[in-house]
Amino acid sequence: MATVELKNVSKSYGTVEVLRDINLELEQGEFVVFVGPSGCGKSTLLRMIAGLEDITGGELRIDGQPMNDVLPAKRGIAMVFQSYALYPHMTVFENMAFGLEQARLNKAEIRERVEKAAKMLQIEAFLDRKPKQLSGGQRQRVAIGRAITCDPRVFLFDEPLSNLDAALRVDTRLEIASLGKRLPDTTMVYVTHDQVEAMTLADRIVVLNGGIVEQVGTPMELYERPASQFVAGFIGSPRMNFLNGTVAAAHGAETYGIRPEHISLSPDAGDWRGRVILTERLGSDTFVHVEVDGVGPVNVRIEGRSEVHANDEVHLTPDPASVHLFDAKGRPIPG
Amino acid sequence: MSKTVQKSRLSRSRTRSAWLFLAPMLLTLAIVAAWPLGRTIWFSFTDASLDLMGEARFVGFRNYLEYVAWGDGEGQYYGLLADARWWRSVWNTILFAVVSVSFETVFGLIIALVLNQQFRGRGLVRAAVLIPWAIPTIVSAKMWAWMLHDQFGIINDMLQTIGLIAEPIAWTASPDTAMVAVLMVDIWKTTPFMALLILAGLQMVPGDIYEAAKLDGVPPWRVFRKITLPLIMPAVLVAVVFRALDALRVFDIVYVLTPNTDATRTMSVFARENLFDYDKFAYGSAASTLLFLVIALITITFIMATRMDLEGKRS
Repeated sequence: MATVELKNVSKSYGTVEVLRDINLELEQGEFVVFVGPSGCGKSTLLRMIAGLEDITGGELRIDGQPMNDVLPAKRGIAMVFQSYALYPHMTVFENMAFGLEQARLNKAEIRERVEKAAKMLQIEAFLDRKPKQLSGGQRQRVAIGRAITCDPRVFLFDEPLSNLDAALRVDTRLEIASLGKRLPDTTMVYVTHDQVEAMTLADRIVVLNGGIVEQVGTPMELYERPASQFVAGFIGSPRMNFLNGTVAAAHGAETYGIRPEHISLSPDAGDWRGRVILTERLGSDTFVHVEVDGVGPVNVRIEGRSEVHANDEVHLTPDPASVHLFDAKGRPIPG
Repeated sequence: MSKTVQKSRLSRSRTRSAWLFLAPMLLTLAIVAAWPLGRTIWFSFTDASLDLMGEARFVGFRNYLEYVAWGDGEGQYYGLLADARWWRSVWNTILFAVVSVSFETVFGLIIALVLNQQFRGRGLVRAAVLIPWAIPTIVSAKMWAWMLHDQFGIINDMLQTIGLIAEPIAWTASPDTAMVAVLMVDIWKTTPFMALLILAGLQMVPGDIYEAAKLDGVPPWRVFRKITLPLIMPAVLVAVVFRALDALRVFDIVYVLTPNTDATRTMSVFARENLFDYDKFAYGSAASTLLFLVIALITITFIMATRMDLEGKRS
């Protein structure tokens, strides 16, 4: 039900500027992911939207209304914290009802809303338990449930999966994705350092680096047309190969970028010749690390199994249509 | 089969080393706690006096309570339980403990809440707050005795200067104010200790739930009552028990500040007087034994009543 606009938003602690001139427009119902390495300012930006951090420059608007000086509780937002931030001495029900009691809703309506959210997240069986009697995944569901009961215009997630183990992380990620579908009018803002979460969840991704926005776009735009060498390296797994020297110079660039999945490997013929250093077999894929003569180390991704082994001589051929070229400042050179 | 044998041998050797490590502490406790306590309880059932401790004879409950018939159908109860001075000292002790611990808890909580905030110079303030606690009790009691002196004390001088009192008050000598003086000094001295224990509890409260409360729109007073207070309650209760144990056996402040006053004589002071000043060693031992029982009873009652989590099962 809400649009979120950031106009020239910046944040400084004393003389240290951690965010500079952030301009974003999030549409109603959109699922936007802020992604970037640690210290890029993504969590700070989220906390500024939440009202937990002051905005030291620029303007935040939700549904067109200025929000810079509005109390967190009056912004129509709800937030899910990395550490869950559940009240440890309250039951699951009390945790979910606490915010509603502040809003002076009557008891019947509180119960109805809590039960509805609990049903949606399949935590009805735990309503009388305390947080410490729950597993990490259940706690995170309670935290999400607490946020849902407030019926927010904007839903904020601050690295909600970071404290979960790998299997739970995938399950909870799917739940959050389906939550986004079930609340089509609620704008979702999600912070993560994990590009896989960003790619799988987002309608649009905002890549932050060093306090500025590197690129805003759909996952596929970022993957196919990265606006900088940083984005090219950050989005995609395994990471894009960046090659300097003669290969790049031959294309009139400082850096030559090619993703591991855009290189074909052959035992006898190809553009580059090299020696296998290491293979990593994941079953579904094999990553082959090759030391290419006169080029340097190159990582190749092969679907399924591969019978190459360390010290084998191999030939690699990059797909010319998938090459990314960057200048000395990391800006893309149109190919 | 051999596996279980091995395992039990391992656990037997663990048990053995556990006892080995515990032995020095158990031995020390036996020497410095159990033996003196046992001796005191024994002496309370004898006619021991300071110079004739070796010849003490068992006299039963005479030191506690004894009915002496005068032969004409009348008689009188003697012993500790019939001694009005003893009951006065029991009342003084409990009054002192309840009032001082209550004030110390409230003031300690307020100071802890302030010290838990971020502000410039917090480290300095935290250290400064501890000064009253760091001064030895005898020294601070003497210091306060001078400050509260009826003729030369600075307190009277200040109160007279600002016009709150017309005549100097004999704070420590007057039976009306002696207890107030003792309480004042003890609260001044021990509040920092309370603040420190509660501060430790406050720092265990995770910061993110305050942010969650902010998003929930919970006003500060309600945050304190519904979130902070319940979460630090275990720490506060432990601090209260610690202080209550201390306060119930209070001796030094009273003995230095207001010696020989019915108004402030506590159980410990009463016991000492009889043990050493009046040469009624057995009677003093009986008082010490009762003091032990009273403290044990109150502590156990308090722990049960507050369902205190001593084994950390619920935290």
